[in-house]
Parts: sequence; C-alpha cells; structure tokens
Amino acid sequence: MLKIENLHVSVEGKEILTGIDLEINKGEVHAIMGPNGSGKSTLSYILAGREGYEITQGRVLFNGKDLFEMSVEKRAWAGVFLAFQYPVEVPGVSNIYFLKAALNGIRKFNGLSELDAMDFISSVKGKMKELDMDEKFLYRAVNEGFSGGEKKRNEVLQMSVLEPTLCVLDETDSGLDIDALQVVAEGINRLRSPERSFVLITHYQRLLDYIKPDFVHVLAHGKVVKSGGPELALELEEQGYAWVEDKLAS
Amino acid sequence: MSASNENLKDMIGQEYKDGFVTDIESESFPPGLNEDVIRALSAKKNEPEFLLKWRLEAYRHWLTMDHPEWSFVKFPKIDFQEISYYSAPKSMEDGPKSLDEVDPELISTYNKLGIPLEEQMRLAGVAVDAVFDSVSVATTFKDKLYEAGVIFCSFSEAVKEHPELIKQYLGTVVSQYDNFYAALNAAVFSDGSFVYIPKGVRCPMELSTYFRINAANTGQFERTLIIADEGSHVSYLEGCTAPMRDENQLHAAVVELVIMKDAEIKYSTVQNWYPGDENGVGGIYNFVTKRAECREENAKVSWTQVETGSAITWKYPSVVLKGDNSVGEFYSVALTNNYQQADTGTKMIHHGKNTSSTIISKGISAGHGQNTYRGLVKMGRKAENARNYTQCDSLLMGDQCGAHTFPYIETKNPSATIEHEASTSKISEDQLFYCMQRGISAEDAVSMIVNGFCKEVFKELPMEFAVEAQALLGISLEGSVG
Ligand SMILES: Nc1ncnc2c1ncn2[C@@H]1O[C@H](COP(=O)(O)OP(=O)(O)O)[C@@H](O)[C@H]1O
Ligand SMILES: [Mg+2]
Repeated sequence: MLKIENLHVSVEGKEILTGIDLEINKGEVHAIMGPNGSGKSTLSYILAGREGYEITQGRVLFNGKDLFEMSVEKRAWAGVFLAFQYPVEVPGVSNIYFLKAALNGIRKFNGLSELDAMDFISSVKGKMKELDMDEKFLYRAVNEGFSGGEKKRNEVLQMSVLEPTLCVLDETDSGLDIDALQVVAEGINRLRSPERSFVLITHYQRLLDYIKPDFVHVLAHGKVVKSGGPELALELEEQGYAWVEDKLAS
Repeated sequence: MSASNENLKDMIGQEYKDGFVTDIESESFPPGLNEDVIRALSAKKNEPEFLLKWRLEAYRHWLTMDHPEWSFVKFPKIDFQEISYYSAPKSMEDGPKSLDEVDPELISTYNKLGIPLEEQMRLAGVAVDAVFDSVSVATTFKDKLYEAGVIFCSFSEAVKEHPELIKQYLGTVVSQYDNFYAALNAAVFSDGSFVYIPKGVRCPMELSTYFRINAANTGQFERTLIIADEGSHVSYLEGCTAPMRDENQLHAAVVELVIMKDAEIKYSTVQNWYPGDENGVGGIYNFVTKRAECREENAKVSWTQVETGSAITWKYPSVVLKGDNSVGEFYSVALTNNYQQADTGTKMIHHGKNTSSTIISKGISAGHGQNTYRGLVKMGRKAENARNYTQCDSLLMGDQCGAHTFPYIETKNPSATIEHEASTSKISEDQLFYCMQRGISAEDAVSMIVNGFCKEVFKELPMEFAVEAQALLGISLEGSVG
C-alpha cells in the first residue's frame, strides 16, 4: 500500500528526515515511536502533502503511484487520512457541514452520488455514539473551543466517517485520560480491516496496550533506527529513549 | 510567499457578473449643477412648493460646505459640474405606469439580474420596487400591500399621493444640512422608495428595492424613507448593481428610518455595485448616509449589510436611540478585493434609558483592498443603564491588503456599559491544509472559511438574501486553483 524509499526532507536548509525506508502492506498496523523532535510529525505531514518542505531525495509510492505527484486533496480522495497532532479550528463552520463537505468531496472523486442528508446524519450520529461524543458537537464549529481530548475524538470521528484506506494518526493518544484513550482505541480498532493500514505515531507504549501493532519502528534524528515487533515498544518503555541514543552513539 | 498563498491570490480574482449595459433611449439632463437644474428636476416631477424650497435650502447650504476629508479612503477630487443629475428611460417620462406598459428592455434587464417583475414570475413573498438610474420603473404587489394598509411605492409617487407624510417625516432623521453628501442628495435626489407601515400592522411580505445604475456619467441620488408606526413590523431588503465602466460613478443615497413605539424595522442590504477592475479602474463611489431613529420606547432597528461591491464604500448606518428600552443592531460584512476601499461602520447614539446596541462587523480584505471599520458609540447624559457590545473581526487574505479599526467612544453617563472586542486573523495555511486533507478542494475550503467567518452576520439576513450573499462571496472568491 505504502512504500517509502530513502526519504530525505529539509526545512529551510535543515535536514529533518535523513533517509527513511518503510513498507506498509494492506491491513497492517505500524507504530512509529521516537523522542520529541525526531521527525514523526514531519513524516506525517509529508505523507499528507503539506507545503513548506523540501524533499531532497527519495520517493513514496501509494498503491504503486508516486505520492508526490498528487495534490493534498487528491491524496485525501485516494484514501490518505491524517489525524492531526494539533487539530485545527475552523470558526463558524459546523462539524456536520464540514464532515458532509469532506465526504461528498471524496464520494464525488470516486464517482459516487452525494449521500442523502438524513442517512448521512443518522450514520454520523451512530458513530458519535460509539465514540461517546455528545450529538451537540455536530453543530459546534469544527474544533473551536474543544478540549484537547474532544479534538482527538473528533479526528477519530472524521476518520470513521471518511473511511480512508491509509490512516496516519499523529499522537492521537496524547492528552487523553485513560477512559478516553480506551474509547478512542476501540474506535480505531473497529476500523481495522484487511483493506486498511495504520501508521500510529505515539510517544507511549500505553496506546499499544489497546491497539496491537504488527510492527514497531523507532525514529531518531529523522531515521528509522530500529524496527521490530510489539515487544520493541515494551523494551523502549523499560529502557527509555536514551537507550536508542546510546545505541546510535555506539 | 508560499504556494498556497499564491492559490489564495488566484482564487480571489473576481468576476463581476452584472456588468452589462441596457441599450435604451434615455432622457438626461446635461452635466452641471445650479439652482436651475434643481428647479427643472423638481418641475419634471411636479413637486409641491415645499419640496422645491427644501431642495434649494439644501443646495445653498451645500455650497458652503467643504468636502469631508476625514475618511481613510483615497480618490481624486470629484467635479460636481461634470455629473448629470437626472437620467431616465424615455419610456418612463410620464412617471410610473402599469407593468404591461413598461419597456420590455427594462423588464428583461431585471430578469437578467434575477429580479423578475412580471406578475407570474415574481418572487413569492417579496414585493420589489425597481429603480433604474433616476426613476422607479415598477413596484410589485402594491395593491396587495395597500389592502394591509401598507404604503410601498416610489418616492416620487409618495410625494404626489401622500404629501402630508412626506412633509411630516422627510429630513427628520437626516436633515437637508446633515453632511456634504446628504445635503447634495437633498438638493438633487430623483427617486427612491417610500414605505409606511401603519399602527399595529405586521407587513405581510418582505419589501425590497433594487437599484440599478445604467446611464454613463450620471450620479444616482436616491432617497429612501421608511416609517414604522406604533407596534408595526417590517423587513426591508436593498440590492444594487451597475455596468462595468472605466469611469467612476457617484452614488450618494440617503436612507431615513423612523421607528415608533414597539415597532421594528429590519433593514438588509446586499451591495454589489461594480467594484472596478483588477487594476482599480472604474467602479462606483458609494457614499451613503443611512440613519434610523428609534423615536419612542421599545423601538427596535437592525441594519444588516453585505458589502462586496463599489470601488469605494463610505457609509455608517447609524441608530439614534431616543426611546427608552429601544434597541439598535448593526451586522456587517464588507469585502474589499483588488483596489477596493471600504470605510464603513456605524454610530450608536444612546439617549434613552436602558437602550442597548450591538455591533458585529466582519471585514475581509484581499488583493490590495483596504478595509476600515469606523464606529462611534455615544452614551448621552440621560442614557441610564445603556449597553453596547461591539465586535470587530478582520480577515486578511494575502499580505498586500489592510484592515483598520477606529472605535470611538463617548460617554456622559457613568451607568452605561460598553464592551469592545476586536480580532484580526489570516486565513491560515493550517486551516486550508486541514480542510484539503479532508478532501475539500482549495476553492471550497476558502469559501467555507470565509463564510464561517461571516456566519454571525449571514444568520441575520432573510433566507433568500443569505443564499445570495453567500453566492456573492463565492463569486468574489472564485478563480483558478494552481
Ligand atoms: N516548519 C519547520 N521549520 C523549522 N523547523 C522545523 C519545522 N518543522 C519541524 N521542524 C523541526 O524538525 C524537527 C522534527 O520535528 P517534528 O517532526 O515535529 O518532530 P516530532 O513530531 O517527532 O516531535 C524538530 O527539530 C523541529 O523543530
Ligand atoms: Mg509531533
């Protein structure tokens, strides 16, 4: 599904990603862990197509196509979804309107007709219930005045409505208390399917107690320095990131 | 500047869709202004003596006045002798006729603008007075309104049919000496709309006037007078467009609203005069005096305006809150693009006890547009417990435009409270990126963000107008996405 080859990315002349190789197949869940500033968010933005980065080397294939040839919207239409570490507020635009515009944009690209308004609302309400979100959030402006946890839930709600095939979640677990973490993790687990892949960016092992990854990668200084199975996350938890630094140094 | 900012710049390339010219034979006065021109104008309209006298008083006073220089807008000096002060389609020479006698060319002009005047096609629930250059060409649903006791007709007709009402109310809110352009208007106004809602009547339909400037080198000076008598209610809409021309044209209107005890006027404007081209050539100078007087207790007025057009907009719909417990509201969206300039805002003058006012102003600047909010809140000595809430938000698109805010406050009563909030924001790349990542195209994202920004104002507009206003902002922001 996703193939990252020797990816180098700079911002204002400073190299942030220093050669990433990663292959993610259909249905797999990959966790990416790493200390602050190691380039995790940068990687997620590059996959989604944010402006302001210089790709100096390498390429990314998405279902065999060159991802960098696709605009931001095209990537979304083709099934790339990024749950933001810091979801953005859109004042005056209601959540329901936003969701509908997004979903219809994607459906249009895929040659589908617009959803019936009633069907749409009842399907969204069902998903909100699963995420333990009050229906009043539908009519509030997108993320405006939402608490940190509410924003993260809203990201997962959008993801479950838009049904992407590649879900990149950037620290969706940070800022959630333990109950909320459980609800959100369940929401993500419900979306797992043989057709859908996940990149879970996280700082902490605790998310991985709920969502069992197939692979864990450790990112440091813009590079994958270690890959392994779920046990790698536990090892990291025990040893801390200093352990990675030590390994790098030696 | 980053690429998505470039996209923004492309997207706000505006296309003006109402810029056509109607090919019709007109009768116009030659350019120039003096007492004879005013006498001729008054004679043409068979006006009573008192009105001619009033016009001449205004003119003589105007001659002594200096052109105001305090605003933030910049434009070359206007030569008032180069303007023609009257232009009317020849076919309208003998005043308003029944609709089947109106020149089909005029009817089709309004059809093109989306304002059908023919009986079978009329907008349900909206009565329209169509003003073309200096005259009113038709007023729809007049009879139906008359049954309800509502008078809705052209100003000229009101002068003929209801001179006592004109005499009683004309100039009582905006006097013939009020300011430079109001005095000029009083001297030379040619037509406009007149509304009288009698005691206790809720006007059964929306009333609206559609102003169209067609003739070249002509100024449009119309006057609107609306009186809501005790316990009455009316919602009034105003729309405007003009052809695309390289010369600037002057539109200097006066609107007076009188609101009596327990009455309410809701006055909405969607102003889309030709704004000039992308280099700032041509466009309408829109210098308007709009004022409402809540004359008695519990009177209420709200001004809602969406200003997307004109090369220069210079207007401050105001409210004088005389009656105790009276309420004034001002909701405004002003968009300036290319080289457009807007200096707009409101004045809330509190005299009565427990009077309250709300000001919500949303300025959007794009291209080289300059957008100024200028507002005055004045709490008079007797304005016990008066309250004002003001919120001014500016949205900048690109980095060559400007937003300026001048809130003036004068208070002579310590029990009055005034709250002011202001914000300036840019459409952030983060917002655009977020929307686009969700599958919303760049164009739709910009229009969504702008509409979201204006939401508090749009929700005050009557339904039909809210849709039109959103579409208008959509057009103003339309363009190619690179
Ligand atoms: N737009 C930017 N301009 C300058 N430096 C940046 C920019 N974005 C990221 N960086 C730098 O790149 C490094 C990686 O950042 P980030 O991807 O946010 O890391 P993480 O998500 O792993 O904490 C940090 O040192 C950060 O300061
Ligand atoms: Mg990060």
